[in-house]
Amino acid sequence: MSDTLPVLPAGMPGAAPDRSGLDIPFWEGTRSHELWIQRCNDCGGWQWGPEWICHRCHGFEMDWEQVESTGRIYSWMRVWHPVHPAMSDGVPFNVVLVELPQAGGVRMIGNLVGEGTQTVEIGAKVEAVFEDHDDAEEPYTLVQWKPTEPKD
Amino acid sequence: MANDRTLRGKVAVVGVGETTYYKRGQAEDQEFVLVLKAILAACEDAGISPKQLDGFASFSNDRNEPPRLAAALDTAELRFSNMQWGGGGGGGSGAVANASAAIASGIADYVVVYRGLAQGQFGRFGQGPRRPAVRGEPAHTIPYGVMSPAQIYAMRATRLFHDHPGVSEASQKAVALASYHHAQSNPRAVMHGRPLSGEDYDESRWIVEPWRLFDCCQENDGAAAMVLAPGDQAKDFPHPPAYVLAAMSGSPRRSQAKVHNQPDYVTSSFKELAPRLFDMAQVTPDDVDVIQSYENFTGGVVMALIEHGFATYDNADEILTYENLIAPDGKLPLNTSGGNLAECYMHGLELQLEAVRQIQGRSTAQVADANVSFVNSGPMVTPVSSAIFGSENTL
Repeated sequence: MSDTLPVLPAGMPGAAPDRSGLDIPFWEGTRSHELWIQRCNDCGGWQWGPEWICHRCHGFEMDWEQVESTGRIYSWMRVWHPVHPAMSDGVPFNVVLVELPQAGGVRMIGNLVGEGTQTVEIGAKVEAVFEDHDDAEEPYTLVQWKPTEPKD
Repeated sequence: MANDRTLRGKVAVVGVGETTYYKRGQAEDQEFVLVLKAILAACEDAGISPKQLDGFASFSNDRNEPPRLAAALDTAELRFSNMQWGGGGGGGSGAVANASAAIASGIADYVVVYRGLAQGQFGRFGQGPRRPAVRGEPAHTIPYGVMSPAQIYAMRATRLFHDHPGVSEASQKAVALASYHHAQSNPRAVMHGRPLSGEDYDESRWIVEPWRLFDCCQENDGAAAMVLAPGDQAKDFPHPPAYVLAAMSGSPRRSQAKVHNQPDYVTSSFKELAPRLFDMAQVTPDDVDVIQSYENFTGGVVMALIEHGFATYDNADEILTYENLIAPDGKLPLNTSGGNLAECYMHGLELQLEAVRQIQGRSTAQVADANVSFVNSGPMVTPVSSAIFGSENTL
């Protein structure tokens, strides 16, 4: 299996922190190859994507907590049709929706590292791979995922 | 007082109209002109002067605003100027609900529900952004190649098939074939004369697994409109009225939670709405004679049909077969004009027009004695909406 990064070809839209500052801790964390998820300071509930209020207790003291960068595949899709010119040389590729049990089961979106035609299984354990884009005007790091080696 | 809080029978659709339906980018008229032509056609069908219109309702941020339309048409007074927020094509039945609520409550008398699209003159739905970097919620999806509607919703279908062995790609295929079949008898349909065989479907390219080309809606230019009037006047118009038995919009709890974090992921968003809809209409799914179900993607149709009670998670593949879905003899005639897949992607408003035509006996794939006509808008988006129309026999 190819573990080549980046998963998608050059020229895809990059990521940058929201100008409001809402998700800066997440993007700073990925630059250090760490996974930080929003967590309510009042009720302890996890929340993703970032929001200004806790949807459970309506507290505004939203904090951030580093979590183990592992998860399991909740769902997935294999993209074949290039809706962006940069995708043309990179299809098919796989998108995974990854559930983080250690963070209240929040879900994140990323790409599955490896061949686009690989077998993908719901429930499979995955670990994060931090994909640096140092040459971008505003350098950023994406969170990609690769299957965890089976352990028994 | 509780009994008064219903739309049932208080409003009727009395006229429908549309422009020629075009492939994307092929309409020569300006989008505003397309909308005007559709409204004029609907008024002519209803036998009223456009100057009698006193309300306008649309959805999905239609660019053609009621104040401009009312001035261009010289309507006597603009009493209802309404936009259904959110939901993309999920607002179609919602616009009907809003228009109906205005009429039932005495706010307006003759409300036109309309939608115009000229994707050649404005942006396309099916293309990603061309910016170097994205921020906010899109930064957590778009750099990973999740940009187009198909990419946003396909993972629901993947998980649907995983969770429910009684639902598979076979149901999706049946939906696509039924829509194309019905388009062959509909001269308005963009895919009229372009039949689709099972082999064509199987050999079509993947867009996003589990969706092939023919699982995805078209992109089109055109406009459609329908005129609604008070139910107690409905028999004064040239065609048989299609009474609104129920119409409403809604969405489940935290349906638009960011980055695919809605509590219930595997849903077309109708689980809560459907019981309310049938309760207002005072009919059951078994009473429905013909179904128009919005196809953004066939997987969404399958989920919507299940959530409205036309099939179950266990028997969907047995119920949602091509034979069952085609008029006039199928048990669940579906998308009898060709719908978004094969008539025209008029953001689902063409499905509303077809639901009305079935009640009036004017469909090109007519179901015999159609008295109860169901339509749902925009599965999976937030909010979604549904409507049920009935003939005079249902009142």
